[in-house]
Amino acid sequence: MNASAAALRIAIVGNPNSGKTALFNQLTGTRQKVANYAGVTIERKEGFYTAPSGRTVRVLDLPGAYSLSAASPDEAITRDVCYGRYPGEALPDLIVCVADATNLRLHLRFVLELKRLGRPMVLALNMMDAAAKRGIRIDTALLQERLGMPVVETIAVRRGGTAALVDRLDRDIAPLDAVPEPHDDLHVEVRALLAETVTAPRKTAALDDAIDRVVLHPVLGLAVLAVVMFLIFQAVFSWAKPVQDAIDAGIAMLGTGIGNALPAGALQSLLVDGVFAGLGAVLVFLPQILILFLFILALEESGYLPRAAFLLDRMMLAAGLTGRSFIPLLSSFACAIPGIMATRSIQDPRDRMTTILVAPLMTCSARLPVYTLLIAAFIPARTVAGVFNLQGIVLFTLYVAGIVSALAVAWVAKKLNKDKSEHALLMELPSYRLPHPRDIAIGLWERAMIFLKRVGGIILALTVLLWFLSSFPGPPPGATEPAIDYSLAGQLGHLLHYVFAPLGFNWQISIALVPGLAAREVAVSSLATVYALSGNEAGLPSIVAAQWSLGTALALLVWYVYAPMCISTLATIRRETNSWRQVWITAGYLFGLAYVASLLTFQVARMFA
Amino acid sequence: MRLSDLAKDATAVIHEVEDANLNDPIARRLRELGFVRGEPVRIVAQGPIGGDPLLVQIGFTRFALRRAEAARVQVIPEELA
Repeated sequence: MNASAAALRIAIVGNPNSGKTALFNQLTGTRQKVANYAGVTIERKEGFYTAPSGRTVRVLDLPGAYSLSAASPDEAITRDVCYGRYPGEALPDLIVCVADATNLRLHLRFVLELKRLGRPMVLALNMMDAAAKRGIRIDTALLQERLGMPVVETIAVRRGGTAALVDRLDRDIAPLDAVPEPHDDLHVEVRALLAETVTAPRKTAALDDAIDRVVLHPVLGLAVLAVVMFLIFQAVFSWAKPVQDAIDAGIAMLGTGIGNALPAGALQSLLVDGVFAGLGAVLVFLPQILILFLFILALEESGYLPRAAFLLDRMMLAAGLTGRSFIPLLSSFACAIPGIMATRSIQDPRDRMTTILVAPLMTCSARLPVYTLLIAAFIPARTVAGVFNLQGIVLFTLYVAGIVSALAVAWVAKKLNKDKSEHALLMELPSYRLPHPRDIAIGLWERAMIFLKRVGGIILALTVLLWFLSSFPGPPPGATEPAIDYSLAGQLGHLLHYVFAPLGFNWQISIALVPGLAAREVAVSSLATVYALSGNEAGLPSIVAAQWSLGTALALLVWYVYAPMCISTLATIRRETNSWRQVWITAGYLFGLAYVASLLTFQVARMFA
Repeated sequence: MRLSDLAKDATAVIHEVEDANLNDPIARRLRELGFVRGEPVRIVAQGPIGGDPLLVQIGFTRFALRRAEAARVQVIPEELA
C-alpha cells in the first residue's frame, strides 16, 4: 500500500512561545526535513510519524503568529497556509493549534480566530506541567465543550507527553462551522471562556518575577549580561581549541595517508593541497560554531535572549538598530550566515535590512586564523599593567573595532533612510523554562548542516579553484622564477598588486586576498600555498615575521575587520533580501571601508616606523 | 493617563488604545495582544537608559513596549478605578 497516498497532513499553528517546535520535535523526532518556502526564505519544517493505526501523518511546523492579520513575513506564511492560499502548499487536512496552558489569556484569542476558519481543528494545551506547578487548573472537558473542538493536554518536552494528541489525531475530527465575522469581540469571548474554565492563583510564576528582578535591573541586569557574554566567548575560544587541534591533525594525517598512497602528480596535489586542505579549513570552525550555537540555543530556549534584547533596545535604537538585532548580531560572531538568517525574527523591514547590513562587521570565527597568525607574528606576548596579555588586548581591540563600526554604519544608514515612520518593538518576554536537550540537539544539528553544506561547498570549490589557478600554466622549460609566478594566480596577484601596494600589501598577499574575498579563512591557507609554491620552505609564521613590515601586518589586520565578506554571506544576503541592490551596497561599503582603513593604518604606521 | 506615564510597579486598567495615525498597525497589534478595555496592566521593569523600553505585565504575559508604543494606551490608574 502506498502510505503517502493516505497520509494525514496536519499543520501546527500557534502563538510564538507556545512550544510548537518542541511539540513538532516530540512528534516527528529526527524524521524532519528543513527547507525554505518557495520564493521566500522562511524556514519550512516538515516531518512525519506513523500513527498507531499505521497511517502516515505529515506534520508541518508553521511560524509562530499572534494573529491571522499578519504583521511580519513569518506571520503571512502562517496566514496563507491556513487559508490554503500559499502557492505550492496544499490546505492542511487538520490544524493542530498549540496554546501555552500558562498563557491562555493571550493564546486563546488566536485559537478563536483560527476556529472561525471552519477547518477540522484540535487544540493542544501545552506545558500542562508548568501550569500544574503554578497551580493553574483548567477544566479541559468544559473547554472542549465550549470551543466545540477536541482539546488535548500535552507536555511537549516530556517523552510520551504527546501520546494523548497522537491518539486523538488518529480518530476522525469533524470540521467546524466557518464564521466570517470581524474579530472585535474575540477578547470578550476569551474572558468568558477563562472565567468558566480556568482558575489561576497568580498572574505570573514567582520564579519569573524573582529572576526578572535581577536580570532586568538597570545595573545588575547589564552586569549579568556582560558576564554571560564573557563566559560564552571564553568557552568558544578555550573549549573549542582541543577539538580544533584534533580535527586539524586528523585531516592532515588523512591527507598525508592518501598522498602517500597515490603516485606524485596533479591528482595527488589536487587531493592533498586542494581538497583536504580545503576540507580542514572548513571543519576546523565547526567546534566554535557549535559551541556558540549551543549557548545561543540554550539562552533562546531559556527565555533569556529577549531579556537581553530588552536591556539593549534603547542603546541599539540610538544606533539605528533594535533590541531584536541583538540575537542575529550575536550569532554573527560565529558566522554571519546563520546571523543573517536569524534576522527573520525582526518584524520591521528597515530594522531587518540594517541588521543584515552590519552583521558582516561582527568578527566571525573565519577571521580568527588571520588574526591569530598576524598577532602571533607581530605582537609581542608581553604583559601589560600586570594582568593583561598584549596579544589578547589587540584581539579584543579588533572585536571592538568591528562592533563600533557596525554601530556607526547602522547610524549612517538610519540617517540616509527616507522612511522616518515609527519602528515598533512590541516584544513578548516569555516565561523562563529549562532548555530541553533534544530540542537543542536538533537545533545544533540543523546549524551544523547549514554550515557544512553552504559554506563547505563554496570553500571547497574555491580551494580547488585556487589550487588550479596557482598550478597552471606550469613554468616554461628553463624557468628561473618560482613556478607560481607563471601561473594564472601569479599573474593576477601581480596585477592586483598595483591596487593594493598603497596599503603595504605585497603580491603574495594580493593573490591570497582573492580567495580571501570569497571566504576569509582561506586567506591564510592561500598565503601558505603561495609561499610554498614560491619555494619558501619555512613555516608561514616565520616567513611573515621575517618578510613583512609591522605596517603591512597591521594594515592586513584592519583589512580583515571590514574584510569584504565571503561569497557565502553575499549569497545569503541575496536570498534573504531578494535584492541584488542590498548585496552590492553591502559588498561596496565593506570594500570601501576596508580599503580606506587599511590605507590609513599603513601610512600612519610608516610615518612612525 | 497614558501607559507610558505609569510609574514602575504601579497598576492600572486599560481604557483604550488610540491610533497614532490612520490604520495604525502598532495600535492594531496592541489590541490583538490583549490591550483592550478593562484589562489590568502593571509596569514590571524599565530599560536601563531613559527608562525605555517598558516591561508591561498584561494578563499572564509580559511585553516590552517602547515609550512611544505605550503612549498609545490610555489607562486609568488603580487608585482611581
